[in-house]
Amino acid sequence: MNDMQTRAATWHEIVLATLKSNNVKLITYVPDKVFTPLIKALHDDPFFTVFATTREEEAIGIVTGAWMGGLRGAVLMQTSGFGTIPNALASLVVPSQIPALIFVSERGTLGEFNLGQAMVCKTMRPVLDSLGVETHTITRQDELAFIIDRSIKQAVATQAPVVFILSPLLTGGKVFEA
Amino acid sequence: MTKQTGAVGAHNAKVMNRFDLTKRLVGQLKRDEAVVGGIGNANFDLWACGQRPQNFYMLGSMGLAIPIAFGVAIAQPQRHVIALEGDGSLLMQLGCLATVAMRAPKNLTMVVWDNGIYQITGGQPTASASAADLVAIARGSGIANSAWAADEDDFDRLFAAALQNGGPSLIAVRTDNKPGVGTTDRDPVQIRARFMNGLGVKRHQ
Repeated sequence: MNDMQTRAATWHEIVLATLKSNNVKLITYVPDKVFTPLIKALHDDPFFTVFATTREEEAIGIVTGAWMGGLRGAVLMQTSGFGTIPNALASLVVPSQIPALIFVSERGTLGEFNLGQAMVCKTMRPVLDSLGVETHTITRQDELAFIIDRSIKQAVATQAPVVFILSPLLTGGKVFEA
Repeated sequence: MTKQTGAVGAHNAKVMNRFDLTKRLVGQLKRDEAVVGGIGNANFDLWACGQRPQNFYMLGSMGLAIPIAFGVAIAQPQRHVIALEGDGSLLMQLGCLATVAMRAPKNLTMVVWDNGIYQITGGQPTASASAADLVAIARGSGIANSAWAADEDDFDRLFAAALQNGGPSLIAVRTDNKPGVGTTDRDPVQIRARFMNGLGVKRHQ
């Protein structure tokens, strides 16, 4: 019995396990405080090739090249980082039909303290909707593995990107001490 | 405005022609190396040198030729991968040099055509025309194996050495202002599918 079976798995353990079971080996990211336990666990697992990039669109470009070379990859970022990638989505990932797997740590809502984050958050879903990109906001841990597992399989089968917005309801978010 | 004569960082280097050097580069490819052409004239001259199935032509996403090539290099460590990028495009995404240096892929070569202008948008000067030395930037980012090609023979020699998989390398070339020779098809799905086929990758791997 492994550790996950003897106690309730955390959201980040579920994400890691689902990536692994779907053979997603390459992880590029721009750091996020809420994603820190996930990023650390990915770094610690030799199954994955994990590294930070300087910008989110660079991370998108790398997983695009990796997919075309036969390796599945996912990108991790926070809401403000999403604000930097619409061109990479609209002019590379979507028209080239790349099943990029994008995880966004949702900032800017449910107790956000930074107006800059809140404004970028408002642009995120309209941008994804206008691009026709499959998007799931995940709020519940009991739905997490199902949504990610099925959506990765759909992304590959239909050659289309998918964005997972991980809500503070799932991750706990970033807490502001008022 | 001063006459544009290419990169400030390569004051001793000969100003060469991008299409001529692209032909020389492609002529050295004997092992189905992958080539990722950046948006604009880097792409157009690559296309005009023959549509190898191992070529990927970027139709948008300015600045991402090196990241895309790097991703291919990670996925296929046995295959050498070459990114062809312009000075304006590289200046847009300089951080990728630091990322490449940090990961140090042995099978990645970056070629930068530096004509000192944003050529296809009307010839506006880039920062590399008067201030920025792209090789110095690459070295400062950690790409130790970075050099200006002094002339055509030097380019051939630098590129042949780069193909030996010794680590990431960057070759910068001062180029003239002659326009690209061809024009790519603008069908991203077909370009992507042909490239994956050329790399021996199945659609639903």
